[in-house]
Amino acid sequence: MINKVVSGAAEAIRDIADGSTVMLGGFGLCGIPENCISALVSKGVKDLTCISNNAGVDDFGIGLMLHRHQVKKMIASYVGENAEFERQLLSGELEVELIPQGTLATRCLAAGYGMPAIFTPAGVGTEVAEGKEVRNFNGKDYLMEYAFDADFAIVKAWKGDTAGNLIYRSTSRNFNPVMAMAGRITIAEVEELVPAGALDPDQVHTPGVYVHRIFQGSGYEKRIEQRTVRPKN
Amino acid sequence: MLDKNGIAKRIAKEIRNGYYVNLGIGIPTLVANYIPDHIEVVLQSENGLLGMGPFPFEGEEDADLINAGKQTITTLPGSSIFDSAMSFGMIRSQKIDLTILGAMEVSENGDIANWKIPGKMVKGMGGAMDLVASAKNIIVAMQHVNKAGESKLLPACTLPLTGVRCIKKIVTEMAVLDVLPEGGFKLIERAPGVSVELIHQSTLGKLYADENVPEMQLD
Repeated sequence: MINKVVSGAAEAIRDIADGSTVMLGGFGLCGIPENCISALVSKGVKDLTCISNNAGVDDFGIGLMLHRHQVKKMIASYVGENAEFERQLLSGELEVELIPQGTLATRCLAAGYGMPAIFTPAGVGTEVAEGKEVRNFNGKDYLMEYAFDADFAIVKAWKGDTAGNLIYRSTSRNFNPVMAMAGRITIAEVEELVPAGALDPDQVHTPGVYVHRIFQGSGYEKRIEQRTVRPKN
Repeated sequence: MLDKNGIAKRIAKEIRNGYYVNLGIGIPTLVANYIPDHIEVVLQSENGLLGMGPFPFEGEEDADLINAGKQTITTLPGSSIFDSAMSFGMIRSQKIDLTILGAMEVSENGDIANWKIPGKMVKGMGGAMDLVASAKNIIVAMQHVNKAGESKLLPACTLPLTGVRCIKKIVTEMAVLDVLPEGGFKLIERAPGVSVELIHQSTLGKLYADENVPEMQLD
């Protein structure tokens, strides 16, 4: 098996340069590549175009990069949890493209499936449709949306093996599998790295062919945005 | 006049046995609390879960298990987990029977606006545009009027649209209304103690009401 293992986050992101387009997996703060985000902050790389469903919160996730003005353009579907983001957006410091969540996911999927574009009804008749080709199928209008072209995709998985196969845990799966398929170079950080052969092939979510670099992360904070509980009686 | 829980309670009555349902953030989330025990539904959370359970017991929160509102939740027997593309695949292909979501404005032809106030608030559409463009059945849970007392049921939306001609039913603190295929709101029920006259005053879009409009039955 081809060995995809790198020493850690710093080596994994070594060639992410100013101006790169980077996809980051996760939904809210769930399933985000914490180690690689820290490494990007330490490296100080800037003018990034980031594609991610959300933009983190003020002091965690992509919010850490926004705070240091490392992001030139953000492509996301929902950014409501980040006041600094909203401030930079309304003041014009940050370029933002808001796109429907299903469109975001499916443009990743298209890239990973080798399809140049998709047709979706999401956004028809709204400002999302401006400048886009509309096609009518069976009496209903659809927008043509292009597959993403990202220099890098950074994803977080629960387990991975040295061949790059990935297994996600619970709803931290979210965007990670589709983004893993969509990067020209895909970097995976995992909570547990095992030798090839230790994962059941039937249980693999992302086949290793999509993953170029993998490492075992450390110190996961896994911050909870909305801690909702019911009392034990 | 209903409170938020009252709106949720009324909407819960629209849910049928065997439905797959997507609940939006806010009042729609409360609907889950009022689904009767004899009705079996599967709640979808668009971050990738079918079979959303209640909040976890204190101390049993799992950061990897959240709903689309980023709240810690649980799974149920029969739950399944999938990626975001599949999640919207089942929405687009109409496997989800009912979508319940909030709105800032709805127009008399069924347009909805709920994602942006230019120059003031930009949170993004999240999954709302996908849901309203594809769902076969959408119920909007919203306040009839804004804090200034102005109608949010309009001849045409003033805010950027989330979807066009897609809303068929609205439940507010005052009323249950259908959006007619030919345009206009049809008053179906009024909240306990709310007069048809008040609903007329609070609805800027075209409103049709029969002579006798029944009160909502909440229990």
